[in-house]
Amino acid sequence: MNKIADINQIRSFFPALEQSVNSKTLVYLDNGATAQKPKQVIDLVNMMNSGINGNIHRAVHELSSKTTELYEDSREAIRQFINAAQKEEIIFTSGTTASINLVAASYGGKYLRKGDSVLVSEAEHHSNIVPWQLICESKEANLRVLPVDENGNWRMDMLDNLLDSSVKIVSVSHVSNVLGLINPVEELIFKAHAKGIPVLIDGAQSIVHIETDVRKLDCDFYVFSGHKLYGPTGTGVLYGKREILDSMPPWMGGGDMVETVTFEKTTYAPLPLKFEAGTPNFIGAAAMLEAIRFVESIDKKFLENTERSIVEYMTEELLKIEGLRLYGAGENRISLFSFTVNGAHPSDLAMIMDKMGVALRSGQMCAEPLMRRYGVESMLRASFAAYNTIDEAEYLITSLKRAIKMLS
Amino acid sequence: MTIKEVEQQIVEEFSIFTDWMDKYEYLIELGKSLPIIKEGEKLEGNLIKGCQSRVWLNAEFKDGLIYFTADSDAIITKGIISLLVRVFSERTPAEIINADLNFIKEIGLQENLSPTRANGLLSMIKQIKIYAMAYSA
Repeated sequence: MNKIADINQIRSFFPALEQSVNSKTLVYLDNGATAQKPKQVIDLVNMMNSGINGNIHRAVHELSSKTTELYEDSREAIRQFINAAQKEEIIFTSGTTASINLVAASYGGKYLRKGDSVLVSEAEHHSNIVPWQLICESKEANLRVLPVDENGNWRMDMLDNLLDSSVKIVSVSHVSNVLGLINPVEELIFKAHAKGIPVLIDGAQSIVHIETDVRKLDCDFYVFSGHKLYGPTGTGVLYGKREILDSMPPWMGGGDMVETVTFEKTTYAPLPLKFEAGTPNFIGAAAMLEAIRFVESIDKKFLENTERSIVEYMTEELLKIEGLRLYGAGENRISLFSFTVNGAHPSDLAMIMDKMGVALRSGQMCAEPLMRRYGVESMLRASFAAYNTIDEAEYLITSLKRAIKMLS
Repeated sequence: MTIKEVEQQIVEEFSIFTDWMDKYEYLIELGKSLPIIKEGEKLEGNLIKGCQSRVWLNAEFKDGLIYFTADSDAIITKGIISLLVRVFSERTPAEIINADLNFIKEIGLQENLSPTRANGLLSMIKQIKIYAMAYSA
């Protein structure tokens, strides 16, 4: 089958892109927050809601079987997508945040002792900070922070000292949702493993832009959300190495995760169901299959080249704007750009550009510690996906300049 | 003038704008001319934090009337704030408690009052009402 290498063909799959906002053609550049959905995903969700809908793993009737089949097919497709060894290592969750909370509560709950540490980076999203704070507080453990430099790169020179024997897990993003830089996760994983420390990689942003092989990375956990990967809202994945997941106690109880239940003692289902309590968003999870298929239908070189041209164009044009500071300086990045402009408040810029049809994110990006590190209250962010074009990037720059002028 | 009359005046001022750009330009102008809250009054206690922009609100009660001064680091927000100060400042607590905010919708700016927690404006309006209730006791 020929892979797609035509931007208009890609765009044709997305009904959302045809809409106007404020009487202007939508230029959707807030993909770091959530992505639009292709017809294939929308149609499967509708089809299931219209008929292939029976609770999974529970009944023997036809609807239940068909639904379960789609759910499990999706699990297998995700396993292949990230090259995990077994489908038992793929847990469906409601998103990245839930996945991290699961690991923090379950793995952290079991292995953290008083005086232990958890290492995160200064550039993490709150969802990869707060779950660790919660478990550290209850275990009297410490949250340790790997700083970033002015350019937004991890202070790898400080890593060896930070990774002492008190650290029981490292949890960091492959790509920061603010800085857009691709972090040296391979090196970090290597160093952590040399000291017997497991690593969780937050792939919420990176899964959309970087081909991910969890075995090659050798990460112990990998998490991401379906809704940023063109899938339905309320879906996500936790990947964990078999041995680690097997060693972890359940997090939520009830439903699919049980094996036998008596009031005296309950035993738990094996993986992956051990961590899938209650009726999941099975229609959403099943529809992730179509999202994965959509991504895989695009020619990889085409995607890479488009992304690279957008990165080159945006970096060059943004840096030409007077008074603009781009956070995350560097070429090794995805097409995600956070910046501030002197004398123009990000929310003012975002409001004006919204009227021009451009959807951007303004604010603290759920990364207050990083905002504080750079001494700003908020930033403006443009984040691109597979359906965005260079024309849209050009329109963004033109509208940005116009908005800045209005505010001066 | 009653609160209703001030609101009516504002609605009339905005009715000449058909284009969002003109509305925003006007708000930006208003924002630039809003008296800046005295630095000493920009206290933590007066800060209404949203994650889109910061808003400061100061209230003083004198001779039965509440006087508001306010500021924001975002200029369009500041423009909207100047309208709110115009409507609500130098009023009795009772007037404020009984006032509605339909005029915001009528000038087409209700999206700026959406309940995303990011928005300091909605919190500011709540705070104005809270001050009114406190001073009416």
